[in-house]
Amino acid sequence: MSGAALEVRGLTTRFETRGGMVTAVNDVSFSVQPGRIMGLVGESGSGKSVTGFSILGLIDKPGEISGGEVLIDGEDLRRMTPDALRRMRGRRVSMVFQDPMMTLNPVLRVGDQMAMAVRVHDRVSKRAAWERARAALETVGIPAPAERLRAYPHQLSGGMRQRVAIATALLHRPSVIIADEPTTALDVSIQGQILAEVRRLADETGTAIVWVTHDLAVVSSLADDICVMYAGRIVESGTAEAVIGAPRHPYTRGLIDSVPSLHPPGQPLPQIPGATPQLSHLPAGCPFRPRCPKASDLCRTDPPRFGRDHPVLCHHPLTEEPA
Amino acid sequence: MLGYLIRRLAQAVVVVFAMSIIVFVGVYAIGNPIDVLIDPGATQEIRAKLIAQYGLDQPLWRQYFTFLANVAQGDMGTSMVYNIPVVDLVFSRLPATLELVLVSIMIATCIGIPAGLYAGYRPDSIAAKAIMALSVLGFSVPTFWIGMLLIMTFAVNLGVLPSGGRGDVGSFLGINTSLATLDGWSHVILPAINLSLFKMGLMIRLTRAGMVEAMRTDYVKFARAQGLTDREIIFSHVLRNISIPIVTVFGLELGSTLAFAVVTESVFTWPGVGKLIIDSILQLDRPVMVTYLVLVVILFVLINLVVDLVYARLDPRVRLKGGA
Repeated sequence: MSGAALEVRGLTTRFETRGGMVTAVNDVSFSVQPGRIMGLVGESGSGKSVTGFSILGLIDKPGEISGGEVLIDGEDLRRMTPDALRRMRGRRVSMVFQDPMMTLNPVLRVGDQMAMAVRVHDRVSKRAAWERARAALETVGIPAPAERLRAYPHQLSGGMRQRVAIATALLHRPSVIIADEPTTALDVSIQGQILAEVRRLADETGTAIVWVTHDLAVVSSLADDICVMYAGRIVESGTAEAVIGAPRHPYTRGLIDSVPSLHPPGQPLPQIPGATPQLSHLPAGCPFRPRCPKASDLCRTDPPRFGRDHPVLCHHPLTEEPA
Repeated sequence: MLGYLIRRLAQAVVVVFAMSIIVFVGVYAIGNPIDVLIDPGATQEIRAKLIAQYGLDQPLWRQYFTFLANVAQGDMGTSMVYNIPVVDLVFSRLPATLELVLVSIMIATCIGIPAGLYAGYRPDSIAAKAIMALSVLGFSVPTFWIGMLLIMTFAVNLGVLPSGGRGDVGSFLGINTSLATLDGWSHVILPAINLSLFKMGLMIRLTRAGMVEAMRTDYVKFARAQGLTDREIIFSHVLRNISIPIVTVFGLELGSTLAFAVVTESVFTWPGVGKLIIDSILQLDRPVMVTYLVLVVILFVLINLVVDLVYARLDPRVRLKGGA
């Protein structure tokens, strides 16, 4: 696909643990077009956050990105020198984290932190940097931004802090923003506001957004495209409508069924039996096999990837891809 | 802020008062100074006269109130050994200790904090492991032994530095200090290094622990995701966050070193207050002991107050409301 803001090909990240090598991100490929929001969905431990960090090249020892390409507007981050990669971060690709209580430095004023992020890439005066920060806060809908800049993080509410984090990520108008569960820690009403804001920003600025989350309900209303991750692999991907409306992987089906708001009321909520497997003790073949209602002996071998627009990694896809 | 200061000062007065009672009773319990001071051949008459002169025949509580009344008039008493006012005695010795402690704290901080930062930044490097090993040595090997080694090496074998005593006193900006002369520095450097090793070890470990912890926090990850360099992250983000425990220990160490630099001062025959207090304990020079210990209490109270004020400057979340 050409013209993609972000294209990830065969990304693989491994961690050296006491129990041996663990592949947290296993041959992950996807692409996001400018202005689109891609939901990267999975349970805890599925490797979705590690995927986000791997895109920015922020994997520390004992972890290691062992293969793949990460292209931002066609430029491969994986081939860059560490310093060139650092200069891409914040400028062309940036990230927002889960807990807004933790992502801002508690002892520095919001404006100083944001100004630092401006000045690391652009040689402007401190005053000009504060002005840029103020404008960015305005963009994300923060009232009285000049006052907020002088505040310390603890003087702001959680939703406000997350807006500050998003504004910081937006400072250099990056092509791609990785958002790692940015609304999980917020109240539902604040969450709705932030989601609407993010949707608007993606539409207006053309920024491509990777929305990492375990919350299918959020993603189904926000994202254009969805990738479902399980045990480090993308098991299904497609447009949000296709994945939610006609899931092809039994795991996706299970996820959708266990979301209360996507489920008819008055009936017991189905669950996926068992728990996410430990990456160090993955079963042979399809990692979902022990929990899968459709598992057969065939599933002891590595599952194939079926389909082009709505590919699925399964021996027994639930539906055939419409021709 | 003003209310806070007033509350703190009121607390300080209570603490000093309580401490004066404890010290007074403690010193009383150690022994009778007359037994040490007086010539064993003196007649019973002279002995009784001296006891009366010092007021040692009075009950403890009356001695204490006499002491308080004198303090209220600015009189801390006269040394029984040197026969000069205690305040003059202590303040004649204080500058020597002050300069020794300042130099040693400077050494400990200027080496300890950068070394700790590095050890926390690259915890698996060989240099970091060497730094940590040295820090363990720094606070586990006895001070007097390292002091003697330093003297052996630099004074006896190499003969480049003097083995003890305070050097020439010069004047700098109207302050008389041996730090104004080269000779003064040559005398202060060995004992200062000796005194700094323990503190350096402490600083290294504290800084390293803070650094390791801080590098894992989300705000550091977030700063990295913004493309900040590691240098900017460490000096703009991390250092300020980890400085609070460092400042605490810095303050406590400053106080205890000023008060009890005894071992180093003895090894290097440094004419400071640490030696003075040990001598006066041995000679049961009560006024010196009491005055000195009360002074130490005031010193600690002041240092803690300053540390609290620095906290509030460093961390905006700290509010100086309570008095604790």
